[in-house]
Amino acid sequence: MDSAISEATSRAPERTPLADAADTGLKIVVVGGFGVGKTTLVRSVSEIRPLNTEEYMTQAGVGVDETSGVAHKTTTTVAFDFGRISLNETMVLYLFGAPGQERFWFLWDRLFSGTLGAVVLVDTRRMSDSWYAIDRLEHHRTPFVVAVNRFDDDAAYYSLDEIRQALSLPAHIPLLDCDARVRSDGKHVLITLVDHLYKLALAQETTS
Amino acid sequence: MIRRPVDTGSPDRLYTVTGGRSHPVDTAVFDLVTLVVSECDPTPGMQSEHVRILTLCRHPAAVVEIAADLQLPITVVRILLEDLLAAGRITARRPRAAAAADLPESALLKEVLHGLRNL
Ligand SMILES: Nc1nc2c(ncn2[C@@H]2O[C@H](COP(=O)(O)OP(=O)(O)O)[C@@H](O)[C@H]2O)c(=O)[nH]1
Ligand SMILES: [Mg+2]
Repeated sequence: MDSAISEATSRAPERTPLADAADTGLKIVVVGGFGVGKTTLVRSVSEIRPLNTEEYMTQAGVGVDETSGVAHKTTTTVAFDFGRISLNETMVLYLFGAPGQERFWFLWDRLFSGTLGAVVLVDTRRMSDSWYAIDRLEHHRTPFVVAVNRFDDDAAYYSLDEIRQALSLPAHIPLLDCDARVRSDGKHVLITLVDHLYKLALAQETTS
Repeated sequence: MIRRPVDTGSPDRLYTVTGGRSHPVDTAVFDLVTLVVSECDPTPGMQSEHVRILTLCRHPAAVVEIAADLQLPITVVRILLEDLLAAGRITARRPRAAAAADLPESALLKEVLHGLRNL
């Protein structure tokens, strides 16, 4: 059994550990269709190489016909990745890249309750992918901003106004351009989101 | 509805690692970003997953980081952590616990903004 310990020790991750005073973990989720640039955005702002993990999803959890009385329980998993930003000695922000497809949303409460807010990442070549994410975030009352990740081979260049219209996005929800590969852009997206959240919180505190 | 099973072979592994337990774990204690800290060193004879968690959490590590390092689903990791917590081998720093107690939401967000701007 000694060997188990030394093996485990040698497998300790090489990434920089958090400060010992770290006591407050925070979540922000980046949602968008496959290939829209979620992992790229997470990587560009994260202090660690993005890590992958997964969660089980039982069929009951996906809202499959439960009246059929089928006794077997098929287990599937949903994968997501994440990065990390140490904000100060005590606060750590975890940034999650989450697939926007339908079945993923059944796990939202189990994984992402208490999330500060979300970034909807949009690829203008596949705008319809974003409609569902926006609808679900509204349903979960998670505040969000929308960031358009421009791809070089995107022939049709839609203006932000056109995109706002196509997404039926209300005027008060921030919409901005970004290049997910560029760190300063990623940082700007996060600041735009948290600034939006800050204003929402201030408004709520003054009315309550 | 898109429903594409990615992996269906895992329940066996869940059973092996958790000793067959699969009751729902209190997700409020082990949120994805709850920070876990070891309170002791691994000892010989300990379950290898426990050893790895205690080693990893010599410095604080979030539940989701532990899951990624152990390559185990979140649910399994939550069960492992619950055992370690019950045995007093780890402590759990729950998300926003410190902040929520004495800060309004806007003050917390202001700190987040400040941290992001300083990146
Ligand atoms: N040209 C261009 N390529 C990008 C941009 N963002 C991401 N990519 C590329 O698009 C591919 C998919 O990105 P990825 O981050 O893996 O998407 P995800 O599925 O949403 O996580 C990768 O090959 C990226 O390098 C961008 O802004 N411009
Ligand atoms: Mg990805």
